[in-house]
Formats: sequence, C-alpha cells, structure tokens
Amino acid sequence: MKFGIVVFPGSNCDHDCYHVVKNVLGQEAEYIWHKETQINGFDCLILPGGFSYGDYLRTGAIAMFSPVMKEVKEFADEGGLVIGICNGFQILVEAGLLPGVLMRNKDLKFICENRYIRVESNDFPFTRLYKKGEVVRMPIAHADGNYFADDETLKRIQDNGQIIFRYCDADGNITENANPNGSLLNIAGICNEKRNVLGIMPHPERCAEDILGNVDGKRFFESVLSSF
Amino acid sequence: MTDTKITKEVVASHGLSVEEYQKVLEILGREPNLVELGIFSVMWSEHCSYKSSKVYLKNFPTTAQWVIQGPGENAGVIYIGEGIGVVFKMESHNHPSFIEPYQGAATGVGGILRDIFTMGARPVANLNSLRFGSLEEPKQRYLLNGVVAGIAGYGNCMGIPTVGGEVYFNDCYKGNILVNAMTVGLVRVDKIFKGNASGIGNPVVYVGSKTGRDGIHGATMASAEFGEGSEEKRPTVQVGDPFTEKLLLEACLEVFKTDYVVGIQDMGAAGLTSSSFEMASRAGTGIEMVLDDVPMREEGMTPYEIMLSESQERMLLVAREGTEEKIVEIFKKWDLDAVVVGRVTDDGFMRIKMHGQTVAELPVKPLADGAPLYNRPVKRPEYQTELQTLDLKTIKEPVDYNDVLLKLLDSPTIASKRWIYRQYDHMVRTNTVVLPGSDAAVIRVKGTTKGLAMTTDCNSRYCYLDPYTGGMIAVAEAARNIVCSGGKPMAVTDCLNFGNPEKPEIMWQFQQATLGLSKACSTLDTPVIGGNVSLYNETQGVAIHPTPTVGMVGLLDDVAHHCTSWFKNDGDVIILLGLNREEIGGSEYLKVIHALEKGMPPSLDLTLEKAVQDSCLEGIQKGLIKSAHDCSEGGLAVSLAECCFTAEGHRIGARIELPVDIRKDALLFGESQSRIVVTVSETDLQEFKGIAENCKAPVTVIGRVGGERLSINDLIELPVQEMEKAWSEAIPRRLGV
Repeated sequence: MKFGIVVFPGSNCDHDCYHVVKNVLGQEAEYIWHKETQINGFDCLILPGGFSYGDYLRTGAIAMFSPVMKEVKEFADEGGLVIGICNGFQILVEAGLLPGVLMRNKDLKFICENRYIRVESNDFPFTRLYKKGEVVRMPIAHADGNYFADDETLKRIQDNGQIIFRYCDADGNITENANPNGSLLNIAGICNEKRNVLGIMPHPERCAEDILGNVDGKRFFESVLSSF
Repeated sequence: MTDTKITKEVVASHGLSVEEYQKVLEILGREPNLVELGIFSVMWSEHCSYKSSKVYLKNFPTTAQWVIQGPGENAGVIYIGEGIGVVFKMESHNHPSFIEPYQGAATGVGGILRDIFTMGARPVANLNSLRFGSLEEPKQRYLLNGVVAGIAGYGNCMGIPTVGGEVYFNDCYKGNILVNAMTVGLVRVDKIFKGNASGIGNPVVYVGSKTGRDGIHGATMASAEFGEGSEEKRPTVQVGDPFTEKLLLEACLEVFKTDYVVGIQDMGAAGLTSSSFEMASRAGTGIEMVLDDVPMREEGMTPYEIMLSESQERMLLVAREGTEEKIVEIFKKWDLDAVVVGRVTDDGFMRIKMHGQTVAELPVKPLADGAPLYNRPVKRPEYQTELQTLDLKTIKEPVDYNDVLLKLLDSPTIASKRWIYRQYDHMVRTNTVVLPGSDAAVIRVKGTTKGLAMTTDCNSRYCYLDPYTGGMIAVAEAARNIVCSGGKPMAVTDCLNFGNPEKPEIMWQFQQATLGLSKACSTLDTPVIGGNVSLYNETQGVAIHPTPTVGMVGLLDDVAHHCTSWFKNDGDVIILLGLNREEIGGSEYLKVIHALEKGMPPSLDLTLEKAVQDSCLEGIQKGLIKSAHDCSEGGLAVSLAECCFTAEGHRIGARIELPVDIRKDALLFGESQSRIVVTVSETDLQEFKGIAENCKAPVTVIGRVGGERLSINDLIELPVQEMEKAWSEAIPRRLGV
C-alpha cells in the first residue's frame, strides 16, 4: 500500500507518520509538497499534525488554500482514504471535507498528555481491527481540539454514525472529567458521510511502537492496511 | 546619523567605560563614527565578549576522546558512534524574559535552536531550567504563565519536543527570573557546519526573516543591572516567529545536503554584527557588506539600526562562489529571503556600505578577539561565615513528621511540574522514551539501538551557601539523574547565571562555583563543551543566588535498558545506595519548615558519588534495577514518596525501615548527596549487591514495595493518594487553576 504524506509549511508530524508507515508497517511512503498540483498513485493520504502556516489567522485556515488541497478533495471525492491527524483534522474541517470546527481548548492552553478514547464504530476502514466500545490510550497534543458543530450537524453525524472516537475515562465512561478540551459529546475523531475521510485529534503515530511504551495506535494503521 | 558627535555621554550610553573607549581609539587610530561605536558596544558587551568570565572559563576541562567540538563554535559536539554526533548547548534569556515573559522566553528557545541547526544538526529535544520568585506574588504568577506559554508557543510550533528541565522558586529571583534553554540535536559527523567566512571572493548570503527595528541593543541591555523602570526596556526584546524559524530550519537542512555552504552562523545577540565579525575572525578574513541589499521590514532604517537589530529567525551564510542562485532557489521554495549582501575579502577589515558610502570600516580581529579582558577583584563576602553557621541544637525536631512531609511535597520547588510540562509537546518526533517527570528524559536515536538521556540541574541555594561545593553538586546531581535513567554521563553545557561581576563578592561566587564545576567535571569525566554566561542578574543592588546551571547529556548504548523513577511491582526490594549523613544545612526542609537558608550545603565526596553512580548504571544495564530515583530536595522521604506516584495513573506504596543513627529530621529530609533509591526483584538482590560491593558503593536494604501507603519506621504513615494530592496540586492551586 502506498501512503502519501502531505507536507505544508509548518507541518511537523510528517516525519513521524512517514516513520510509522515505512519502518513500522513496512509500506511505501512518500512526502507530497503542498504546492503539488498533481498527485498520482497513492492509496491513502495523510495530512499530518503540526502548525501549518504557524496556525496564524486560525488553525488550518491558510493551509486549506494550498494548491494540493484541490487534489486532496478530488482524491476524497473519488473514494480515496484520507486521514487528518491533529492539525490535519483542523485543515480537513476548514476545507469542508469534514463537518464542524475545532475551537480553542476550554482552558485556552496547549495540552500534551496521554488520554483514553473509546472506539465508537469499527465498521470502518480506519478502526476495523479495534473492538466496538474498546478503550485505547493515545497522546493528544493541541491547543485547538475543542470540537463544535451546530445542533443540526451534530444530530446528523450522530445519526449517521460518523463519530468514531470519544474521550472517556479508563473504564470507557464518557464524562466531563475525561474531556480534555471541551469538545461537544467528547468528540475526538469523526468521519465524513462516505466514511472514507477521517479526522482525529489524538496521535496514533505516537503510540505504535513498543519502545514508546504504548502500541494502541498501531492497529489504527493496520486497520487501514487490512481494509485495502 | 554617521555625523552624530561622539561625546562622553554617547559613549557612556553605549555601555563602554572610559578605559574601553580609550582602547577603541587606540585600535582605530581615530574617533569612531556612531555606527562603529555601536558595533564596538555590542561586540564588547559582557554578553558577547565574556570579558569578566573568560579567565575562569579557561579552567574547564573541555576535551575527551568523544568530544568532537568544544567551546568556541555555535555549539559543542560529542560522538556517539555509527557516524552520529550529538550537538547541544544551553543559553540564557533571563533579562528579556523578565521584561516581556512570553516573547523573551520564546525567542530564547528560538535562539538556542538556531545555534544547534546552524551546526548542520536536526534539533531533537529541548529542555529548560526556569527560576522564579514566590508564587504567592501575582507578578511571579504572571511571569511563570508567560514564560511557559512562550516556551510552548515556540517549541511546539517548531515540532521539537520539550522533554525535560527543572523549575525552582525562591525570592532571590523575584527581580531577575532565570530562563535557561537547552537544545539537543543530531548530526552526521562528516556534515558538521561551522561559522567560518573563508574563501576570498565567496558570497555572503543573508537568509531568513527581514530585519526590523526590534531588539536593538539587546545584548547591551542584558549586560547591565536592572534599576527602576526596566519595563521601559521592552523595545529591546525581540519578537519571535516560530513558523518562519521552522521554515528556516527545513531550508537550512536542505541546503546542508548540498556542498554549497562554506560557513554559517545564526544572527543571535548583536545580530548581523556578531555573525559577520565572528565568522570573519575565525577564518582570518574580512567582509565587505552592502546594507542596501539587506531585506528590511520597514523603510528608512539606518546602518546603525540594521547592524544592531536583533530581529529573529535570520542566518548569515558564506557560500561557494557560483552557488548563489541555487541557494536562493532552495530558500525560495520555503518562501524565505536569501540575498547576497557581501563578499569575503582578504584584508581583515569589515567594510560596511550603504547608499554608496562607507558607513563603517573596522579591523575584524581586534574587535572580535580583542575585547578587553578583566581579571576582576575577588572577595569572599563578609556575610559568608555567618551564613554558613548553623547550630543544629537550635533547630527543633518536628513533632509530626507526616505533616512535614506533606508540606514539603506542597513546596512548588519539589511539587509536580505537570501543569508546566503538559503545555509542552514532549512527544512529537516519536522518540521520547522516558517522558518528563522522571529523573532524566530519554529519547531514542532512530536507526540505531542507542538512546540519549538529558537533564538540567542546579541547586542554587547550595551555591549561595558555598559556591564551590554547590558547583560540584550541580554536576554530580546532573550525572546522577542521567545514570538513574540508564545513561552514561558524557558531557556538559553550562549556563552561568550570576549578579554584577563588578562587585568582588559576586566575582568570588563566580570563581568558586566555576572551580567546583571544573573539579566535578574532571572527576566524573564529563567535559564542558559549550555554554553561556549571564551576568548582571541584579535588581536595585540585590543579586540572585549564584546559579551555574548544568545541562548534561548521557548515552544509552541500548535504549531498551532505560529506567524510570517510580516503583514497579509489589514485593520488590527497596535499596538505598549511598549514606545518610546528619546534614540539614541548605535544605528545602530548613527553608520551608524553619524559614532558614543557612548552614553548609551537603558535603560531596566525588569518589563515593562515582561508586554509587557506577553501581546504579551497571544494575540498570544488566536489567536488574526496576526503578531508580536520586535523593535531592526534600531528602530521602520526599524521594521515597515520589517513587510511589511519579508514573501517570500509577500509585504504589512501600514499607520502609531505616536504621536511625542520626537526627530523625536529617534522616528523613536532609539532603546528603550521592544517594539513589533503587528497586530490584527479590531474585536479583544478591546479584545486584555483588555489583554494588564491587563498585564500593554502600548498599542498604531499606524496605519493600507494596500496599497503598508509605510508612517509614514509626515516623511516616501516609496514604499515597494523600501525598500525591499535595504534590500534584501545589502549583495549580497557587495559580488558581
């Protein structure tokens, strides 16, 4: 399987995603510079975390205008798998590929720590190797992860089963205490209606190797592989 | 502007003494113009010239078989095998951070990052050592908030994990907070770049951000005491743009893959001036620069402003002739300016032109290397003897030891720093094996089995009470922390923060502390490969405690054999390596419970230290030791408490029986050095004891892991949960969050 990792100016988890795809999963990986206007031959695109354009103006708001985004949209429209992690998620909502917005965390601070999340749906290319309702641990690292959508949108994504990950406690309870950033419904990850585009705030690429003390994120990538 | 008359007042306002100005006249054989005076002023500032400290810095051991680059370049380099070098350095940004905490701290991070990647290295980790006054004061809370946000804002955006450091609170820092930032990078040893302007005719290329009017005379500001109205110096603080720096980093690393670059140096303190002069000086060349071509942020900038601006995110690069266009192309890809602003010349002169006129013409060598050197008067302070006097008989032993332990865990200096490090991205780059909160952070080196342990340390109260011992302890403790994480201590970068060197008492502190550092670095075989000196940390005549912060890097040949500080399994045997001595002087206990900063600091026997460290390291490398934590502030009791809860979501108790042959408060809370608490499983106990005996390290079995409470003899009996609450809430509670 061949992964394309889109590099915006200010992306900084691009190397981490590349490393997991290439060295942990043993798959093909290639960087795609954000000025590219033609992308061919990829099976899955990853928009990595980071601070594209320094998060200036608003997270993801400038990156959505990068030339490559037109290609990303076309790729998604044709059913290609697209993953946005952290800043990648922010770019996908800004670009309209995913519903809702990501606002500043409720305590206004950047938060980096391990968090429990519950897998809400495994009927899906990105989570099929997890059990439905399984509690996994993944690091978050963001200042703008507070998911918001209007009532109508929220109802729609709930009804469609588009909520894929929610922050929870160690036992899987969805509580206010378990919510690090103020996200509606403790949302940590959602997909589009066609279920081929996923946005996730936690970083599965940071917990995919034994030496890092946590491998809960490895199955995320293996799920993608197994659905190919 | 070049026509301004150079009066006594103009000279004084540039921070040059009468004697120094006399030397300027001798070098030039004429009066300088204002641009030239400005250049002398920054180049000869304490910050850039080390004029007060150089005589002592010469004492540091700086060589070892594994040292590739010692002091003198942008950063030092050590070799760790397989063609890989580790580049690291620590630098202060104290004065700017006090004036404008967010930008001051942010640009401190930006500056040290550039020092590392200018060597050709990719930065892989940041650390920082921070010191503030008491959190009971609103101003200090504001400063802490701002500094932490600034470090986070810059480091997170750059995508470099901030993996470790230390934070101290003491009233002596309330008028001069300390912000010391350290960066560690990795480089192929055959691709190390240096700040060298060699090759006559080679183009001098300006890359990065445009030059603005910010930070003018920052280096001079940092070379004077604060008086009243220091807030008015805010315009001397630079403004950081981490996004541009991220682009600059990637562009530089891309250009380093080519063979276009001859030399490169970042424009840090004293900006275009110091980078051009230092590069030419190292190569024994000159440079002719045309300032009209310098990319500028605003119109009407004068040569004086351009030469002295400390705008951030800029580099000066000397290229091979003929490669200019290719270099410009690479920087253009990253939307950055790259402009040829001059040429290397052979006559040893810096010639600066603007609007067709020569605005400065100065000999490089005398300016860069000929700064006045001072062997300033040294005098042991008269208060020192009284300060060191502590009659233990007057110190009442506590009635309730549980209460004392809880109070110490609630002391911000000892308490959990989670509120701070959770604002730093400490996992990006997916290398962080030991996260913040243990003794030293550990990162892996991808593509090898190796790991790097890193830490910063200095107990400045010890240095205040006895700077020589305090200096030694800073090194010993750093090494101990490295060892507790499984690393072999390799080398040191230091950040020497002191008061006004023109006062003999301060210079005595400096002399003694650096002698102590030298002694410990020699004995522990950890040479100093670079660092920085920050003097004039005084406000209205009150100096900080002498604070020679030590940054240390250690090597793990097999990163799988790393170690963390907290207890692992019920039933494990708890061992104390080292000796408990009746030492209370300079302890956090004495400060928090008895409101005294007095006495002699704990003694340090470097032979014992080495024995303890060797046995711990061997135990970890052989896979016997399951946890290791050194005893520092708060002594053995605090150390044991921390072992119960340092891991995320992990709590485990212990039952301890200590032999009581000294005062009980000294036993529990005294800060005797060279002690490490380790755990091993019952089955490994004999083998580990054998190792310790071989190393000649005193070893005592003091208890067992298990339960939900910590009990020590009949003195301490507390639920782990209660201790953890005090420890973890101490800082957030004071900040009102």
